[in-house]
Amino acid sequence: MKNKYSVFSLIKNALSQHENWQQAWGNPEPKKEYEAIIVGGGGHGLATAYYLAKKHNLKNIAVLEKGWIGGGNTGRNTTIIRSNYLWDASAGLYDHALKLWENLSQELNYNVMFSQRGVMNLAHNLQDVRDLKRRTHANRLNGIDAVWLNTEEVKKFCPIINTSPNIRYPVLGGTLQRRAGTARHDAVAWGYARGASEMGVDIIQNCEVKGIKRNGDKVEGLETTKGFIKTNKIGVVAAGHSSVIANMAGLKLPLESKPLQALVSEPVKPIIDTVVMSNAVHAYVSQSDKGELVIGAGTDSYVSYTQRGSHNIVEETLKAILELYPIFSRMKMLRQWGGIVDICPDASPIISKTNIKGLYFNCGWGTGGFKATPGSGDLFAHTIANDEPHKLNAAFNLNRFVSGDLVDEHGAAAVAH
Amino acid sequence: MFLINCPFCGERDQSEFSSGGEAHIVRPKQPTELSDDEWAEYLFMRKNIKGIQFERWNHVHGCRKWFNVVRDTSNDKILSVYKMGEKPPVNYK
Repeated sequence: MKNKYSVFSLIKNALSQHENWQQAWGNPEPKKEYEAIIVGGGGHGLATAYYLAKKHNLKNIAVLEKGWIGGGNTGRNTTIIRSNYLWDASAGLYDHALKLWENLSQELNYNVMFSQRGVMNLAHNLQDVRDLKRRTHANRLNGIDAVWLNTEEVKKFCPIINTSPNIRYPVLGGTLQRRAGTARHDAVAWGYARGASEMGVDIIQNCEVKGIKRNGDKVEGLETTKGFIKTNKIGVVAAGHSSVIANMAGLKLPLESKPLQALVSEPVKPIIDTVVMSNAVHAYVSQSDKGELVIGAGTDSYVSYTQRGSHNIVEETLKAILELYPIFSRMKMLRQWGGIVDICPDASPIISKTNIKGLYFNCGWGTGGFKATPGSGDLFAHTIANDEPHKLNAAFNLNRFVSGDLVDEHGAAAVAH
Repeated sequence: MFLINCPFCGERDQSEFSSGGEAHIVRPKQPTELSDDEWAEYLFMRKNIKGIQFERWNHVHGCRKWFNVVRDTSNDKILSVYKMGEKPPVNYK
């Protein structure tokens, strides 16, 4: 890398008042033609471009982003990373991603602040206990670390949780994945953008796709706000707007786009050094390095592209948070926002070819795509380069909605990611 | 967050309602004749429109009746409300 980040480069640049740092990625105008174009410059899209260039030796590729990179759901999620999924297909997919996370800062020479602080999932009723214990066993059979904690162990691991048996949803135990944790979401987009740009990928921001040009059953290019761009391979990673892009090619997807909200509090001293999730009461919380509580809420029930969401959803989440953590009762919330998530009927993603040659979709990540960013990019790049899925994403094809071979993660994981 | 004008109760907060998704998906008349592709289309495939969408809502914390709504999903503005069984308004496409 021409501009490798290290302690020495930090010292060197400190001596010149940090005025001589090079631009981390380029800002080119689109060429007339590319070997492949990725639509969507979020974490998944940039990772796809990075692995296409790095592992599959495609150099003439572009990433088109209608806004700025990482400005969509990459910058809006609650940064939780885990792989303790119930089904084998999901376990394979998400643990592949987790293994890539573990070395990502070194791989990208960019600090993504990956912190394996553990993710704990709470059980509040007998069915939760059974489901989570079953999931723990399934995880261990798949080589994924998972332990069951009883109520006392939960309290010991995270002392601020209210474990009184007299609350509306008492804590009956929980599971813990110690390898799970969080990462800095913006850094993931920036790190992949820098790495991809270094290998010659054109990252084109403020360029919205307006149409897909088809010749019979294959794609020929994209109409964009910066003119027509020719290509034979289009990888769409447009999250909440996947259906909008699919519609341009005359395709219909099994997706519904809904607002998902999150909020952060004022920054305080370290109080919670792990991630705690509760599917039943739908609240999850962690603390950022800045000290803010990062709280994830639920999705609205209706389709919307507004990036807002309804107040009652936030209210429900904060009620649950307050019951589980009475210590937060006087905290002030600083910011609330929404992102548009594309949800599949089985709450599993689609990383797949379509029946149009050269058109590939990576979508349907719903409420939990951030954790999969490196794995999703790697497998989608493989699918695009070989025109065949990798064995880890073969189950996540579009055809499963016709064959009925769904990867139903709703009960196990999908309520809150 | 928005208000919905229930055709039976009048204007109420959206939190009283439950969304029933895309409207006018016709239940197959001959389910035994359907191919796998047609089942997939009926069960799973959705228009998921950014813009004017026809959808069903249930006033679940009110009169519990179902009705149809025309809403712009890009700004959550409700353009029209009509009862089940009524023809959708023709001035929206």
